[in-house]
Amino acid sequence: MSGPPIYATMGQRIWYYSFRVICGFIFFFLIAPILVIIPLSFNAEDFFTFTPEMLRLDPEGYSTKHYVDFFTNEAWQQPLRNSLKIAPVATLISVCLGTLAAIGLSQSHVPFRRAIMAVLISPMIVPLIISAAGMYFFYSRIGMQGTYWGVVLAHAALGIPFVIITVTATLVGFDRSLTRAAANMGAGPVTTFFRVQMPLILPGVISGALFAFITSFDEVVVVLFVGSAGQKTLPWQMFTGLREQISPTILAAATVLISISVLLLATLEILRRRSERLRGLSPS
Amino acid sequence: MTDASAPENEVMLTSDGRSLKSSLNRALRREKIRALLLIAPLLLFIILTFVAPIVDMLFRSVENEIVGNTLPDTVEVLAEWDPETGELPSERAFEALYADLFLAAEAKQHTRLGSRLNYEQSGISSVFRSSGRSLDDVGELTQDVLEDLDPAWEEASFWYGIMQGTGDPANGLLKSRRDRLAALTTEDMSGDIGFLPGSDISVVLPRTAAAYSDFAIFTAIADEDVVSEEEPWEGVYAAIGLDLQDPALREGILAYDGPGAAQLNAALEAELPVINYREAMIEIDDGWADLSNWEVIKTYSPRYTDGYFLNAIDMRNGADGAEWRPENEQLYLTLFLRTMLMSLAITFSCILLGYPIAWLMANLPARSANLLMILVLLPFWTSLLVRTSAWKVLLQQQGVINDLLVGIGLLDDANRLVMINNATGTIIAMTHILLPFMVLPLYSVLKTIPPSYLRAAKSLGATDWTAFWRVYFPQSVPGIGAGSILVFITAIGYYITPEIVGGTKGVFISNRIAFHISSSLNWGLAAALGAILLTLVLALYWVYDRLVGIDNVKLGG
Repeated sequence: MSGPPIYATMGQRIWYYSFRVICGFIFFFLIAPILVIIPLSFNAEDFFTFTPEMLRLDPEGYSTKHYVDFFTNEAWQQPLRNSLKIAPVATLISVCLGTLAAIGLSQSHVPFRRAIMAVLISPMIVPLIISAAGMYFFYSRIGMQGTYWGVVLAHAALGIPFVIITVTATLVGFDRSLTRAAANMGAGPVTTFFRVQMPLILPGVISGALFAFITSFDEVVVVLFVGSAGQKTLPWQMFTGLREQISPTILAAATVLISISVLLLATLEILRRRSERLRGLSPS
Repeated sequence: MTDASAPENEVMLTSDGRSLKSSLNRALRREKIRALLLIAPLLLFIILTFVAPIVDMLFRSVENEIVGNTLPDTVEVLAEWDPETGELPSERAFEALYADLFLAAEAKQHTRLGSRLNYEQSGISSVFRSSGRSLDDVGELTQDVLEDLDPAWEEASFWYGIMQGTGDPANGLLKSRRDRLAALTTEDMSGDIGFLPGSDISVVLPRTAAAYSDFAIFTAIADEDVVSEEEPWEGVYAAIGLDLQDPALREGILAYDGPGAAQLNAALEAELPVINYREAMIEIDDGWADLSNWEVIKTYSPRYTDGYFLNAIDMRNGADGAEWRPENEQLYLTLFLRTMLMSLAITFSCILLGYPIAWLMANLPARSANLLMILVLLPFWTSLLVRTSAWKVLLQQQGVINDLLVGIGLLDDANRLVMINNATGTIIAMTHILLPFMVLPLYSVLKTIPPSYLRAAKSLGATDWTAFWRVYFPQSVPGIGAGSILVFITAIGYYITPEIVGGTKGVFISNRIAFHISSSLNWGLAAALGAILLTLVLALYWVYDRLVGIDNVKLGG
C-alpha cells in the first residue's frame, strides 16, 4: 500500500492523505513530549522553555551544566547509586523464582492453574497505591519498613508478573520433544534444563528480566512508602523535585533515563528478531 | 484404553505388575506434584510479600481496637448506658474513665485515642489532650490528706510493703494487668518487675491493687526503675480513696491484719475528701458534659467497626444507625465519581487516538509497521517520571506550548492557557502515558482481521463507511474492550501523574489515600478507601480475564 489505489475517487484520495496526516499528529503527540526534553536539558539558563538563543541555534544558548550537576551533585548521585543497588537484586529474585514457576505453570497438568496464575499476576493489576499502602502497614508491623531488603522484596514482587508473562509466552512455543530427546540420550533433568531448555527460552527470560528491571528502576510509589531516606531512588528524587523545587537538573536526569530506555528497547527488539528467526528455522 | 474385546475383569498390566490405570494415575500425580513444587517457592514469596500486606490492609479498614484497648473499663461500664435517656453516664463510668485515662496519659496514648475519635467527632481530641494534663490534681486531693494523716503514705517502701503483702501472690491479677498494659502500649510487658501483688490486699483493696500493679509494671518495664524505690503515681491515691470510701469493702479492711493495717484503719476513720468524679472530670474539661462525646466513645467501642467504610462513602454512625455526613464534610463520593469520570475520559481519548494508529500499523507492510511500533514502544519504555516531567515542562504557563502559541500569535501574552494543576493537565498527561496500553492490544486484534473482508464488503456494494462500520469495526470490538479495560484499570489507581500535574481539581482517589497514610495518619480510612478501590479494580480485572484471559496479556511484542 504505497498510496491510494489507482481507482480511488477524489474523496477517497483526500481521506487517504488526511488520515495519514492525523496519524502523523498522533505519533507526534506520542513521541514529541519525550524528544523535547533532550534539547531542553542542554539549556544554558535555568528555564524550562526554549530561550531565544537556543532557537537561533546559538552555541551560547547551550551548555552541559545540568549534566555536570547531575553527575557531581550528591543529591542526585546517591539516589542513582541506590537505584542501581536495588533494581538488579530485585530483578534477580523475580527472574529466578519467576522462571522456575513459569516452567511449572507450562506443564500439561497443573491443578488450580487459573487461580495460581491470577495470584501471580495480581501485583501488576492491583493499583500501586494499594500495594504501597498494604506493604507500608505490613512491613511496619514486621520491622521491614525503611530497610533495603524491604524495598528489594517489594520491587521483586512487582516485577514477577512480567517475568511470568514473558517466560510462559516463550514456553508456549517450546517444543516438548526436545526435552524428551535429551532425556532419551541420557541427560538428567538438570542438564536438560541448562543445556537444552534454558538456551531456547533465554530470550523470554531476558526480556522478562528487562521488564522486571525497568519496573524496579522506574518505580516510585512503593519505594516512597516502604523505603526511608536511606533508600531514596532516582525516580523518588525526581518526584520530590517535581513536587517541590523544580530544578532543570531533572531534565538532565530524564535524558539519561531516556537513553537507558532506548538501550533496553533496542535489546528487546534484537531479542525479538532473534527468536523470530529461530522460530522460522524450527521445523514446526 | 482397554481392549474392547477383552473380558471385563481382566485388567491391563504394565511391566512392573501394576494395573495400567493406577500406573498412569501415579505418573500424572507425580507430574502434578513436580509442577506444584516448581511453582511453590514463587507462590509462597508472593503470598508473603504481596498478598499478606493486602490482607493486612483490608483488616485495618475494619479494625478498631484502640478504644477498647485504651479505655477498657470505661467501655465495659458504658455497655449498660443508654444514650437515648439523654442523661450522662453513671458516676461509675466517670470513675472508670478517670482510671483508664490516667493510665493512658502515663503511657502517652490518650492523644492517640483522641485523634482516632476526632475522625468521627471533630473537637474530641482536644478534650483528651487537655484532660491528660490535669488528672494528677484529682489524685492529689486524697494524697494530701493521707500524707497529713501519716507521713508513711509518702514512702515508696511503705506502699511496696502493703501491696506486696506476706501471703500468696495474686498472679492472676498481675497477668491481667500486664495484658491490659501490653494492649494499651502495643509493647511487650512481660519480664521480671520485682513486685508481686499480695492476694490478701487485692481482695481488701481491689482498685488500689490494680492501680499499684499498673504502676509497678510501668515503672519496672517502661521507665526501668526499681518499684520499691518509687512513690506511686497519683492514680493509686485516687484508687485507694475510692476503696476506703466503698462501704462494701469496709468489713474487709477492718479485718485486715497484714502490713500497714494500722495506717489503713486510721485512714478508714479519717475524713477523706469525697470526690465526685463526674464533677471532677467536667471541671477538667467540659467536653465530658457533652453527651455526644460519650456517644462516640460508646459507638466506637467494639473491636471491629464499619466506621471507616461509612466515612469512605461520606456517611457516619449516628444515633439511629448510619446517616449522611453534613454537606460540607462530604468529599469521597465526589472524589470516587471524579476518578471514574476522568478515567473514562482518559480511556475514551485513548480509543480516539489509539484506533487510527493501530489501524494504520495493522494495514502497513510489516517493515514500516515495526518502525512505527518503535514510536509507540519508546514512550511505553520511558520512565513514567520522565513523561510526567515532560508534561509539567510543556504545559506550564511559561512552558513550551504556551510560548509557541504566543510566538505564532495565536494567543495573547496576557491570556496564556492554564493547562496544568487542573483536570485538563491530568487528562492530557495520562492519555499520553496510557496510550500504548490501548494501542498494543488493539493492534494485536486488528492484525488478525483479514483485509479481504473489507474488500469483499466493498465489492458487494458497501460504501467505505458502511464497510468499516458494519464489517471491520465489529471485529475490532474485542481489541477495544481489552485496551479500554487495561487503560481504565491503570488510570483509576494512578497516583504519580495526578499528584504532579493535577493540582487540587485533578487529583484521584489514590492521592487521597496517600494523604491519609502519610499526612493525616488516618490509616483506617486510607485502608477503607483502598479496599473500595481494590474491589472496583478486581471486578474489572475479572471481566478482563473473561474477555481476554490473563495469559494473553501482551507486553509490547
